[in-house]
Amino acid sequence: MAFPQLGRSLMRERSWSVLVDLLVFAAILAGIYAVLATVKYWMGVVTPAAHISRSPAALPAYAFYSLVRMAVAYVLSLVFAVAYGYIAANNRRVEMVMIAVLDILQSIPVLSFLPSVMLAMVALFPTRQLGVELGSIVLIFTGQVWNMAFSFYSSLKSIPRELREAALINRFSATQRFVELELPFGTIGLVWNSIVSVAGGWFFLMACEMFVLGNHDFRLPGLGSYLQTASSAGDTAGILWGLTAMIAVIVLIDQLVWRPAIAWSDKFKMEQVESAAEVTSPILHLLRNSDVSRWVEKRAVEPLWERLTTSPPRVVSAPAARKKNRGRVVGVVLLLALAVAVPYLLVKAALLLKGLPSAELLATLEAAAASFGRVAASLGIASLWAIPAGVAIGFNPRLSKVAQPLAQIAASVPATALFPVVLLGLVRLGGGLGVGSIILMLLGTQWYILFNVIAGAMAIPTELREAASVFRFTRWQRWRTLILPGIFPYLVTGLVTASGGAWNASIVAEYFHFQGKTMSTLGLGAQISAATDSGNSQLLLVSTIVMAMLVVCVNRLVWRPLYRLAGSRYRLDS
Amino acid sequence: MTPTAEPIIQARAIEKFYGPPEARIQVLAATDLAVYPGEILALLGPSGSGKSTMLRMLSGLAPPSSGQVLWHGQPVAGPCENVSIVFQSFALFPWLTVLDNVEAPLKARGVARTERMKRALRILDSVGLDGFEQAYPKELSGGMKQRVGFARALVVEPEVLFMDEPFSALDVLTAENLRSELLELWDGKKMPTRAVFIVTHNIEEAVTLADRVVVLGKNPGHVRTDFRVAMPRPRDHQDPPFLEAVNYIYRVLTQPDLVPTPQPEHEAAPAAGAARAKYPMVPHARPGGIAGLLELLVDREGRDGIHHLADDLAFEIDDLLPIVEAASLLGYIHVKEGDAEITPEGKRFAEAGILRRKELFRVAAERVPLIRQINRALASKADHSMPADFFHDLLDEHFSEEETERQLETAVNWGRYAELFDRDSSGRFFIPEETPQPAGDEVGSH
Repeated sequence: MAFPQLGRSLMRERSWSVLVDLLVFAAILAGIYAVLATVKYWMGVVTPAAHISRSPAALPAYAFYSLVRMAVAYVLSLVFAVAYGYIAANNRRVEMVMIAVLDILQSIPVLSFLPSVMLAMVALFPTRQLGVELGSIVLIFTGQVWNMAFSFYSSLKSIPRELREAALINRFSATQRFVELELPFGTIGLVWNSIVSVAGGWFFLMACEMFVLGNHDFRLPGLGSYLQTASSAGDTAGILWGLTAMIAVIVLIDQLVWRPAIAWSDKFKMEQVESAAEVTSPILHLLRNSDVSRWVEKRAVEPLWERLTTSPPRVVSAPAARKKNRGRVVGVVLLLALAVAVPYLLVKAALLLKGLPSAELLATLEAAAASFGRVAASLGIASLWAIPAGVAIGFNPRLSKVAQPLAQIAASVPATALFPVVLLGLVRLGGGLGVGSIILMLLGTQWYILFNVIAGAMAIPTELREAASVFRFTRWQRWRTLILPGIFPYLVTGLVTASGGAWNASIVAEYFHFQGKTMSTLGLGAQISAATDSGNSQLLLVSTIVMAMLVVCVNRLVWRPLYRLAGSRYRLDS
Repeated sequence: MTPTAEPIIQARAIEKFYGPPEARIQVLAATDLAVYPGEILALLGPSGSGKSTMLRMLSGLAPPSSGQVLWHGQPVAGPCENVSIVFQSFALFPWLTVLDNVEAPLKARGVARTERMKRALRILDSVGLDGFEQAYPKELSGGMKQRVGFARALVVEPEVLFMDEPFSALDVLTAENLRSELLELWDGKKMPTRAVFIVTHNIEEAVTLADRVVVLGKNPGHVRTDFRVAMPRPRDHQDPPFLEAVNYIYRVLTQPDLVPTPQPEHEAAPAAGAARAKYPMVPHARPGGIAGLLELLVDREGRDGIHHLADDLAFEIDDLLPIVEAASLLGYIHVKEGDAEITPEGKRFAEAGILRRKELFRVAAERVPLIRQINRALASKADHSMPADFFHDLLDEHFSEEETERQLETAVNWGRYAELFDRDSSGRFFIPEETPQPAGDEVGSH
């Protein structure tokens, strides 16, 4: 070769690539084995209440089972979210109803779905493990799907008009429009919401893998039940082992899935110029440079893309008539289905509620007030420390370099997994669950506020901060005229997310199986959990309705006006 | 290019309304317009005259509310089969490479892969993008992006090429360059396109490119004039006929009541159908802009051509027209024959200090119906505060939602300057401005 240097550099790249190919092959083999093992287990005879070992040696298998559940639930969520968002955005007739339904479903806590989902799935596959597993998977699904569907819907609605027209005037087929315009446009939103959703999935894993339903005991092998079993037995070493395994899995997924996904989704940004800051992922880089993935892309992805985006040959003819019928048929069918189902279910629900003693109704309202107070308190406490800390981190680049990755790891640990540890401490200190549950809620919600405040503080232009120092603002003046207005829109976003998280957390925080006993306190979350445990569907229905109404009302009356204010007055752009 | 040729696209009494049926707003009055083979047709008009709406109806993107669009005599009911659009914002798919962007319309037409690639590469070559096939749009400059836009539009060999302000997002030199390249393709018959329809708000651009210019008026949109530009291309911007055409369009645009004199060669239907009683609009100009225009006029002995002013300021007509309209509405200038002439009031205003200007403006603003109405309403209420929704409802019978917002926005701007009224901190109420009362000696001292 005339250019030895060139030869050497090629060699290095080759050997790198072979290593990657081997890794990819190994991963594929492992994947095939995993699928076979899973299928064998799912098709096996049903054991609703598996024996949960507390030995650390069982953890890899448990982690695997949990991971499979999460993965299947996530794929289901993704498919459902895309389909739901697509239909809602493209059919004006059903759009309003579908979005209202989504709004309400989003405010219903996971556990309220439990009895109906579980019974339905077990009835579908009474003799196979599949039924119980599907129940757990659908539960995880109900915890993560709604915000993804919302995100995809609003992405589709915000596609710039001229891009839509470009697709229309060039007569894209529905599939070409979907894969070349709509899906790419929604990808970034989907990726970020997927991350949030899956984090939510880990949060509720304990509740979704092990629960009592009336006199049925459900226990599925997995990380969640391991943690729950360990905490019931007060086994501190077990809790720590379980926690370590869970954090390891979460960090691994973050590196292997989410970072590459974020880096990859960068190409779907709508920006017109290239941005300087870019997320990098060595894993994605490796994957892109491996022969296997190149082969897959050339043999599978490209032909499939070609098939999807290319229309059958067509002769230029007279202009086609506007197609309207299909959407109308779908709409009419859906409306008919709703017209039958809604009154039927309403009557059923009314009959169920009629027998409810007024004392219980009163107790529910009392519980709602207690939970409401707790949610507000946890938001308040979280704001008290997260706002100053977030501003300090956001204003100081050196501090943020250190603090941000740490905080991200801390935030990725599902708060539920920490509950047993915190509870142990609480019990030792002699505190009750009434106050303790506020701390438990705090564990899950403070991060949303912190991260948003950091982002807000970083977005305040340096000139404004310099102006504040030049004019010698006092500390109070700085906060009032610069910092608080500057971070306001971000703070509102953080508070909204945190309040949603706090309501959901109330279910696991106010009612806890611990050291063989059930600890609970007055609260709506506790009531929902208890109603599920005892199979009291009346009480479950009432508490769910109350909670959903509370959440929806707070959204309408508090958060939406604040959002509007943030969007109109406290904007730093334009 | 004979006027007797069959039109490719013909619009018959097309009208467009927006909003719900009971409170609909007419954007375009019943209009006839035809696109003939062999011509470049430029559509001009102030903002809000329905230029883009017209383009979308002719291309089949949007159906007219009433009337019919015929394509070779056949009624159109969807995007026309053989047209393309070049968009103002380029509308490229950022996640597709340049080549994929250009291939996308061919895919939609089911062109086989190798053929598709060949055609796309050929067209990219002809617009000067050779070597950029694998680049992503965000890696290109604005001018290059619009070249991709042209390539994507031309690759399907459209019979009619529509362009929606294709050069207005580009800098002056790039736009000039692209325009002449387009003309080169067109005049050299290097593209099979039979007609070009361009929407623009740049008068010189229209006269540079077009064989025929149609000027729309607003409230609701209607054809003001429709005439041929029979000069050989390339056209010299200093040529007397060129300047004459530009000046003529300026005159038409600046004098909404003028009935254009030259005979259009294709008969253009005068705006049919009595529009609803018009509510006078507040032109969207800032008091500072009005003052600037008046000062400039004073420097030029009180009178100058509007075209000349726009040229010196490097303003597009869309930016200058509202200022001219506002100044004339306030009685500060007279517009005559495309010239703006300052009035004694205008001169007084231009030469006054800031506080005196506010006083003069307060008096002059009384001529503006919306300002007058807000003022009266505030004065007559006991608590001197009026919900913004009240004025909103008043206006939205006459304007679109968006325009209503803009009207109120501009009114508040003027009200603030005149220290007449303002919105309160919530933005939901109008309140009178706390004016320093002339009781003190404060005003007299200035």
